[in-house]
Amino acid sequence: MMSVETEIRFKLNGREVSLKVPVAMKTLAMLRDKLGMTGTKYACGEGECGACTVEVDGRTVNSCLMYAVDCDGRELVTIEGLRTPEGLHPVQQAFVDHGAVQCGFCMPGMIMQAKNLIENNPGLTREEAQRGLEGNLCRCTGYTKVLDAVEAVVSGKSCGSRP
Amino acid sequence: MSETSEKISAYLAPRRLDEALQAMADGDATVFCGGTDLAPQTESGARQYQAKLLNLRRIEGLCGIDTGGGEIRIGAATTISDLRRNAPLAAIAPALVEAAEHFASEQIRNAASVGGNLCNASPAGDMSPPLLVLGAAVELACWRDRAVQVRRVPLEAFFVSPGKTVRRPEELLTAVVFERPADGFVSRFRKSGPRPALEISTVSVALGARIADGRLSGVRVALGSVAPTPLRARHVEAALEGRPLDATTIAAAVAATADDARPIDDVRASAWYRGHLVRVFVEEVLNDVRRD
Repeated sequence: MMSVETEIRFKLNGREVSLKVPVAMKTLAMLRDKLGMTGTKYACGEGECGACTVEVDGRTVNSCLMYAVDCDGRELVTIEGLRTPEGLHPVQQAFVDHGAVQCGFCMPGMIMQAKNLIENNPGLTREEAQRGLEGNLCRCTGYTKVLDAVEAVVSGKSCGSRP
Repeated sequence: MSETSEKISAYLAPRRLDEALQAMADGDATVFCGGTDLAPQTESGARQYQAKLLNLRRIEGLCGIDTGGGEIRIGAATTISDLRRNAPLAAIAPALVEAAEHFASEQIRNAASVGGNLCNASPAGDMSPPLLVLGAAVELACWRDRAVQVRRVPLEAFFVSPGKTVRRPEELLTAVVFERPADGFVSRFRKSGPRPALEISTVSVALGARIADGRLSGVRVALGSVAPTPLRARHVEAALEGRPLDATTIAAAVAATADDARPIDDVRASAWYRGHLVRVFVEEVLNDVRRD
């Protein structure tokens, strides 16, 4: 049996969305199963790994823990919202340039978190990046190159970064 | 998946506190704010949903930190991130902000609420020891006689057992309050786990006291993860109260931890190791205060 549903409206990657969701459904399941947006990954399902990281009203959260009903009236950005007509987002490009991507499964969450950290702190140090990415696990253990990529974006040395 | 979501018959996201309390009056509501504890607990089957699912996030006035007066007030829906970034609070209660600094991960801090962390009543809850040493109380509101009624419960009387508090099903924790600490107040927080982030603490220790002429007074010591609830370490406090903070006093306080901590063996650590960590942390925080 399904639980009761409720209608919600919110902004997803700049677009108004309205849909009905079961009230106990999590945002991750809504994105992947209801909206077909599979860029955000399901890994641990309990907030330990960060693969499902999305931005809500400018702050990152684990979408596997967030009730979809709580998206109502808010603004979400997922990994699908980063790419522009000109190409990849500078953080995405830096990850590619620095070989930060191994199996890739943790990358959407890692990139969302890194992008948010840089936007909120343009002078982000390597140590601050390390602390800010504590909630994102990479089981290929590629953290060094991830931090290299973040550092390159901050210092403007990544070829993907824009003026 | 063993979710019990089919038991939910209504979802509510009220804007006003009185609406929320009226919805809770029958004691059949599951409340959530960030959902960071509720979601995994219901997914695993450790917790069951009630008939109503009540979102607290839209209630006006339930979040925010007021450091303006003689009483400091933290709204229940305030996120751990908001607490961590509050500069006035960091000056007033550094140990509390320090605990927020080491709370889970950025993503969880952005969602989790102070009130939720207390109501989850984990023996390892990160907000509990620093709030206990500040002498904090919680406000519990309910709808009775067609009005909002509020009672205050000292935090040390709030916890009953793991996951259990004195909050009644029709009550909502609306705020945490504590008196502005007096001049000369010092506080410290230490927490241990195998890694700094996303770790349920193996042991945590908080200390709060006034220091004058090398003597501590108004001493409060709180321990996490060494008993069924976070607790005040009365024997350690007694060993410190009014005494000169020297090597003899510190040794007595460290020895007294054995009378307060009642750790158990579990998947995270052995009772022996927890007992050892408490001794080390108590010694560390006292030496740290002594050096300053």
